[in-house]
Amino acid sequence: MSTQKEQLARQFIEAIPHSRALSMRLERIEDGVAEISMPYDDRLVGDPVNRVIHGGAVSALMDTCCGAAVMSHGDTLSATATIDLRIDYMRPATPEQRIRARAECYHVTRNVAFVRATATDDDDARPVATATGAFTVERPKEQGA
Amino acid sequence: MSRPAREPVQVVKQRRDAALNALVQAVPYMRFLDIHVDRRGDELTVILPFDDKLIGNPLLPALHGGVTAAFLEMTAHLELSWSTLWERMEAGELDPLSLTPDTMPRMPKTIDFTVDYLRSGLPRDAYARARVNRSGRRYASVHVEAWQDNRARLFAQATGHFLMPYPHD
Repeated sequence: MSTQKEQLARQFIEAIPHSRALSMRLERIEDGVAEISMPYDDRLVGDPVNRVIHGGAVSALMDTCCGAAVMSHGDTLSATATIDLRIDYMRPATPEQRIRARAECYHVTRNVAFVRATATDDDDARPVATATGAFTVERPKEQGA
Repeated sequence: MSRPAREPVQVVKQRRDAALNALVQAVPYMRFLDIHVDRRGDELTVILPFDDKLIGNPLLPALHGGVTAAFLEMTAHLELSWSTLWERMEAGELDPLSLTPDTMPRMPKTIDFTVDYLRSGLPRDAYARARVNRSGRRYASVHVEAWQDNRARLFAQATGHFLMPYPHD
């Protein structure tokens, strides 16, 4: 992925208001693969007894990461929207640890990108959650078409 | 605990609202998204008030897909917890006025959640209602629908499976 395109993708993703609200950080982006992390935050807790992050916040991270992977696919940055997203929750994320998501487009057609993603905390041998989704591929209009 | 056959309506309302409030206030992430709940008898409508921090695509602008997923999952989870709590409360087994975040019954855990995005979320308030399609001793299946201006035009729907807590977890 060209440095310029990577720069553009980073700017776009880091400007998303909701990603900023959850303090997401783009760790890596290349052709069809993205890694985004999110710090532990008391405001995102779903279960106050064991202080585990709410599944919804993990979903937001997964969705952003999958979207970023789709955007970075191909020669030009493409806009995208989620068609469907399934999240499987394997175990609670450990409190105080940063959650990292890695998403890859494993197949892209003219109109649809198929994406899978995994989220882990400091113990990266045991996933916290996995996701699979379908995303729209909106290619820029061709010049003069 | 037994209750008089005919309680004044405000006593019943106060008890039910206290139970609902305890469920919502116990979850910091629901407060972060400023979630409100409208109750009619046992029917809940969950409300996500619009805020700039919920935007996912600033160009359209549209709600973030992750916010939509979180909102639906929250609604499914709340409905399931509420239906369990409701039965115990109405049977007189549990007094919601004495519930604190530490004495709340253990909540169900999400096993999986699938969101179907039907149209982009507009920069306006969103509403959702869930239906528990199956609630067994161990597993439950819940369906959720979300809309904005028009009840008949859903912008997203979802189905989730949940693991129920053991009775005295």
